Amino acid sequence: MNLDTLLVIAVSTIFINNYVLSRFLGLCPFLGVSRSRSSAYGMGMAVIFVMTMASLATHPIYHLILVRFGITFLRTIVFILVIATLVQLVEMVMNKAAPALYQALGIFLPLITTNCAILGVAVLNIDENRTFIEALVQGFTAGLGFTMALVLMAGIRERLDLADIPPALKGVPIALVCAGLMAIAFLGFAGFSI
Amino acid sequence: MSAWKVFIRGLWEEVPVFRLLLGLCPTLAVTTSLENGLGMGLATTCVLLGSNLVVSLLRKMIPNKIRIPSFIVVIASFVTIVDLVMHGYTPELHKALGIFIPLIVVNCIILGRAEAFASKNRLWHSLLDGLGMGLGFTLALCVLGSVREVLGEGSLAGIVLFPESFRPVLILILPPGGFIAYGLLLGGFNLIENNKKG
Repeated sequence: MNLDTLLVIAVSTIFINNYVLSRFLGLCPFLGVSRSRSSAYGMGMAVIFVMTMASLATHPIYHLILVRFGITFLRTIVFILVIATLVQLVEMVMNKAAPALYQALGIFLPLITTNCAILGVAVLNIDENRTFIEALVQGFTAGLGFTMALVLMAGIRERLDLADIPPALKGVPIALVCAGLMAIAFLGFAGFSI
Repeated sequence: MSAWKVFIRGLWEEVPVFRLLLGLCPTLAVTTSLENGLGMGLATTCVLLGSNLVVSLLRKMIPNKIRIPSFIVVIASFVTIVDLVMHGYTPELHKALGIFIPLIVVNCIILGRAEAFASKNRLWHSLLDGLGMGLGFTLALCVLGSVREVLGEGSLAGIVLFPESFRPVLILILPPGGFIAYGLLLGGFNLIENNKKG
């Protein structure tokens, strides 16, 4: 186990290959929940949690069950079902064990099943041949990167509401252009080789 | 509703990408060229047709409470079929689209049509709806793909369009260009609609 490798995975997942801004994963919540900063934090926390859990669950299932029995072609079906079940489970456990947290994150949890970044991180963990620990780190940091982009975007959109924008561009179009400008800033990390 | 209207709705009135803002991830990620956009659009259309067909046939058998998981299993099966077929017959396109082929499962357009249309309508109408929405999605991807390829690379479907002195806007085929091109296209679409209204 090499700590350097984990650090490289963390930095590259958060900055260089940010899931939202350079891989285009999870755009629906990125545009849908970025109206205010408080809901952006809520969604971000829920995504970090579920992404880590999804990496934790799908990696052993793939290597211990699907590979062993030679049914890797069922990957997509199995993963989406595992994620959907996981989200339900997390929702129920949270409701019982941590009602305060459930109040804060509750409404975001059902939306997460169809967040393609979750299935994306599960599939990428397999495609990039990550070990179990690496997959866990990648899941957690992908969530962190997503939250960072979401919160930054929410801050920008709160200000955009006050700006004078041509009517045709109001709302989502101008948000997309801003996301593009943010992505240009993140492109600066692309030259990094660690 | 007449069959023609069901079909044509997905092509302009409710075109998923520009109107309903659904299915954004593949829209932005794969439209670096016309060819990739077309491939992704057709793959999604196949899955949409298949899932609408099965969901419409089974609509009276699926219990209401577990309908969403059932729809997802149906969709995931068709995505797996498309994934394997593309891997076998168009390996280069399969490689270019990469992770976004399995991710067709979580494209909200497909689950949205299963829930909003196919689970309530006859087989024939559901098929037309799937075809219309799928082609609308394909068309939108092609438009975005063409704009980005022509301006970003100076070619269309691999054919060079401009003399060598043309300097392509490289940023358009990089990730930021996807956001900006889509934002501006959406703005243009809104402009047409606003003018129509008043």
